[in-house]
Amino acid sequence: MSEQSFSIIGSNKTKNTVEQVAKVIFIACAFFAVLAVFSITIYMIVSGTPAIFEVGLKEILFGTVWKPTAANPSYGILYVIMTSIVGTSLAILIGVPIGVLTAVFLAETAPKRLANIVKPAVELLAGIPSVIYGLLGILILNPFMYKLELLIFADSKTHEFTGGSNLISAVIVLAIMILPTVINISESAIRAVPSHYKNASLSLGATHIQSIFKVILPAAKSGIVTAIVLGVGRAIGEAMAISLVAGNAANLPLPFSSVRFLTTAVVSEMSYAADTHRRVLFTIGLVLFAFIMIINLALNRIMKGGKKDD
Amino acid sequence: MISRENSIFNKKHRPQDAMINGIIYFCAGISIFLLAGIVGYVTYRGISSIHWSFLTTVPSAIKGTFGILGNIVNTLYIIIITLLIAVPFGIGAAIYLNEYAKPGRIVRIVEFTTETLAGIPSIIFGLFGMVFFGVALKLGYSILTGSLTLALMVLPLITRNTQEALKTVPDSYRSGALGIGATKWYMIRTILLPSAMPGIITGVILSIGRIVGESAALLFTAGSGYLLPKLGQYGEGLFEKVLQPGGTLTIQLYLSMEKAKYDDAFGIALVLIVIVFSINLLTKFLAHKFDVNK
Repeated sequence: MSEQSFSIIGSNKTKNTVEQVAKVIFIACAFFAVLAVFSITIYMIVSGTPAIFEVGLKEILFGTVWKPTAANPSYGILYVIMTSIVGTSLAILIGVPIGVLTAVFLAETAPKRLANIVKPAVELLAGIPSVIYGLLGILILNPFMYKLELLIFADSKTHEFTGGSNLISAVIVLAIMILPTVINISESAIRAVPSHYKNASLSLGATHIQSIFKVILPAAKSGIVTAIVLGVGRAIGEAMAISLVAGNAANLPLPFSSVRFLTTAVVSEMSYAADTHRRVLFTIGLVLFAFIMIINLALNRIMKGGKKDD
Repeated sequence: MISRENSIFNKKHRPQDAMINGIIYFCAGISIFLLAGIVGYVTYRGISSIHWSFLTTVPSAIKGTFGILGNIVNTLYIIIITLLIAVPFGIGAAIYLNEYAKPGRIVRIVEFTTETLAGIPSIIFGLFGMVFFGVALKLGYSILTGSLTLALMVLPLITRNTQEALKTVPDSYRSGALGIGATKWYMIRTILLPSAMPGIITGVILSIGRIVGESAALLFTAGSGYLLPKLGQYGEGLFEKVLQPGGTLTIQLYLSMEKAKYDDAFGIALVLIVIVFSINLLTKFLAHKFDVNK
């Protein structure tokens, strides 16, 4: 390819053609993302709906018995949906306060030297592959939970022992995994609060801590809500870290029960599922996808709302 | 009566402030504790599994040995193919959004879908990749299926980083180039892209980190092969490998974990942590090197 053809003194005709071609290619690239989201949506719906007609919407969404391989199979995923909701909420309840306070530490109260240790640590935590969290969950959390379980249910005759693979273990792993997301987004939200807010509050006699909780955090509200919603998205979509930690039986989400999330149901059974069973797993995928889309729309609303306030 | 005790010049000490400050320090300590704990424990358990043959062989049922060379090669294959697909599309999209598009509906739609794509969990990408690339396009379980799936996943990372980098290029560069008669494409190619290169490289490295750590999207797309590519007479085996299944390091880690072979799992975990940390250092180094505010 000669430089000449692109030169600014090249002929007008080739110049225009090249310009037009470049523009069309860039437009195509931009719409690639649109096309991807569109086809993912279509494919999720197309592969998720047949089972609904086959088994019945009510039987799938509100059935409580998951026995896909029994002679008389039943495909109720109510407990699975409940587990995902309960597990995600608990992880948020644990992870968000810790995350927001760490963000406060990084943006406000930390001496520079300490901030320079915590900040890289958070970045590294974000980069650790999810399977490693799962591996550590199995070998550290689960044995600990089993001891706790033995202690608490020592006299119980009805409790099914799980060996420590239970809802609490999964929630702890999820809470740890959403920490970096919550910390990073909240920190930038706190840093974006104009410094005169804080100065005004301090000069009125409020202490630094009072200013943080009464002035800065309320002003950073929309950013922190964004952090929470992103955390929900991350927690509800996580599969590999919790697939072995949570125990994987479709039970009511009780703290010491072996439970199954929407994501882990797909991961653990997709490899051997066939026919209706497989199609129901795609329906589970569709339910998860619906949750994610709701979260994305909510996020979009919040970001727009946040912009309007400025 | 005014005395030393109630003077307004005395700083008032609120005990609850000290307590809250303590809680804040405790929360910040949790991250440090977690990182140190994870790295320490993985190193402690994994270091004994790591030796020369662990890194340079493939698992052998006959000899009963285990090695991860095949998985390392697969990971490299997937990184390269994924980036070959995602980088041009991602940069192109960013250029369109930043240089061509006028603010309005189209930009909003493209940006919204890019955000959405970034928010979709990897397991959904895995399901989509399986039914679309694997079944509909008949690519089956293969490195290509996995790479195509991951390309969709890292696309937003590259688009966003390139877009941010393009935004930091001063408008005077554009006016200057256009003012002396350069066409738009010439200006983009010779002025904007080189100036935005640090941002693009950051996006690429972040994508590599994401690919190395990914597992759920690959389990049902790239499969779990662990053999080395056969070279063939003219090296054509290197290309055939693209259409064969291949498990990355994370997939092998998951499979070892499922079979309760924890020593192998920790060996792989240690290798992964070393890779992820090196990528992190590299990103920092590049960000520092290209920092315009320095």
